[in-house]
Amino acid sequence: MTRSTPNIDRSERTFTVVLAISGGFIVLLLIGIMVTLFFNSLPAIREFGAGFFIGKTWNAAAETFGALPFLVGTLVTSFLALLISVPFSLAIALFLGEYYREGAVSGFLRSAVEVLAGIPSVIYGLWGLFLLMPAVRYIEMKLGVAPQGVGILTSSLILAIMIIPFAASIGREVITFVPGDLKEAAYSLGATRFEVVRNIVVPYARSGIIAGILLSLGRAIGETMAVTMLIGNSNFLPTSIFSPANTMASVIANEFAEATGVTSASLIYLALVLFFVTMLVNIAGTWVIQKLTVESSREVT
Amino acid sequence: MINSFLRTVSFTVIALVAVLGIAGHAPAADMELLGAGATFPQPLYSKMFDAYYQQYKVKINYQGIGSGGGINQLIKKTVDFGGTDAFMTEKELKSAGAPVLHVPTCLGAVVLAYNLPGNPKLNFTSDTIAEIFLGTITKWNDPKIAAANPKTALPNLAISPVHRADSSGTTFIFTEYLAKTNDAWKQKIGLGKSVNWPAGSIGQKGNPGVAGYVKQTPGAIGYVELLYAVQNKMPYGNVKNKAGKFIEPSLKSVTAAANIPLPDDTNKSLTNTDAAAGYPISSFTWLIFYKEQNYGVKTRERAEALAKLLMWMVGNGQRYVEPLQYAPLSKEAAEKSVKLIRSMTYNGAPLLK
Repeated sequence: MTRSTPNIDRSERTFTVVLAISGGFIVLLLIGIMVTLFFNSLPAIREFGAGFFIGKTWNAAAETFGALPFLVGTLVTSFLALLISVPFSLAIALFLGEYYREGAVSGFLRSAVEVLAGIPSVIYGLWGLFLLMPAVRYIEMKLGVAPQGVGILTSSLILAIMIIPFAASIGREVITFVPGDLKEAAYSLGATRFEVVRNIVVPYARSGIIAGILLSLGRAIGETMAVTMLIGNSNFLPTSIFSPANTMASVIANEFAEATGVTSASLIYLALVLFFVTMLVNIAGTWVIQKLTVESSREVT
Repeated sequence: MINSFLRTVSFTVIALVAVLGIAGHAPAADMELLGAGATFPQPLYSKMFDAYYQQYKVKINYQGIGSGGGINQLIKKTVDFGGTDAFMTEKELKSAGAPVLHVPTCLGAVVLAYNLPGNPKLNFTSDTIAEIFLGTITKWNDPKIAAANPKTALPNLAISPVHRADSSGTTFIFTEYLAKTNDAWKQKIGLGKSVNWPAGSIGQKGNPGVAGYVKQTPGAIGYVELLYAVQNKMPYGNVKNKAGKFIEPSLKSVTAAANIPLPDDTNKSLTNTDAAAGYPISSFTWLIFYKEQNYGVKTRERAEALAKLLMWMVGNGQRYVEPLQYAPLSKEAAEKSVKLIRSMTYNGAPLLK
């Protein structure tokens, strides 16, 4: 950057410019998306304002729109999915990153996890419809609640399965980076394997593990297809984890094609809300990771 | 991380291409007519347009983006014609800026598909349908259902009603029928492409979603297009019409629903039809276009090609309707359509002689 010899650096400069343009383009794209969403949702913002966030009715026939049921639906399914998935993804990450790093079994498992991450969500949705839904309905019948099979629990379960590979593979990667000498030192002091995992590996890799979990949360919040198929698409606030509900992404996907006028503007308003929710999750995630990185390096070293 | 980033980028690129693809096709000199709209008649239109191209060498590109999208694209003047399952509302007609004509091309029907042990053929009245979907009839052996089906042994099974979660013409036709025939429905739910369904009612996406849930769930009942139920061999019920007869939905009984006097603009809802042999949950699907064709950069040649195509679709093209399981236009409807197409103008003068 500071180099001023004119000769070296035509190519160097061109390269810098290209990089700057590509970087700037991403920022521009982000702003562009936000601006587009904002302007297209203006009719709905004017009509409903901040009341949109607490409105409980979504009625296209009467043109009254409130986002609360979908905001709640999105957050509840995503965090429930996270809660279900974390023990599994952490276990897989430890198993592949610490216990069985090499060998055929480990390689096979690792690629299985990667394949799981690449399966299109509509396939998860179908699988959920054929297998998970009857299973949940069976449980519901045993419990004596309305045996609908679809709802918050079913979609949280499918979301959990879908996001496990993300958290697991990132977690595995950071766990393999834990320095060998740290672990050796702990072993030489007489620590058991579990103690090493608990006191060295997990604290050291904490920020990476959390990053993976947050990435998977982002995916859960935005997931559309599989959720649409399994959540029951009911525009009401859920009353229990068995009740049908709906998420923001699913409502947009379902209704946008046929929407006109203020209905379409309200859906775009909903998209804007979803945009900010994901952004908030990302910002919060970055903050948590930074904080933890500082702490963990202090703890371990 | 990189993976998801790449995915985001590629989605954005695909979306951009798709948007530019539609917008970039502004009517130009090349003879490719552009249409967009309802997905319900899309298989029929594809077949018709292909046959038309073989015969007259005029290409037609139709995108199934939904009725609402079709109306939007027509108003934005990015397509030559739109397709819609519901007649345009007054508000939509107003925002079009100039008179828009509707020409029906075929008929569709909505049937009630269910999943019961032994799959008996059931009779429904409009009140039982409304109460099932309102959640006030909750068991299959309810006396109100039994009254219309004296010979069938109905199980003591909970009813799980399923509706379309996506906004659709199918929902419009179904809710319009119920709003016309049941006061409680009209007050509580109303009608539209997407309505505020009672709490606890399950929504599924598209005909396949509703059909899939019904097939999976004993006791479920949902509404799907006749075409879809026939192709998937799903059991569906007869519905009592205005004349008091239980009518089995079929191509014949659906076409019969349009055997009634029609207004000149064909703006006639066929649900709860007066026709004695007509299936009561039937509807037209329309093509929409501007009456005055000289707008934007449109040439006279292009406008004429559109008028000729429309003429063919309501005339000779009708022979493709039945083989694809759609119901053809009644005589009355075909005659009105021809009149409408003849009223198209270019600079105020009639397009076709």
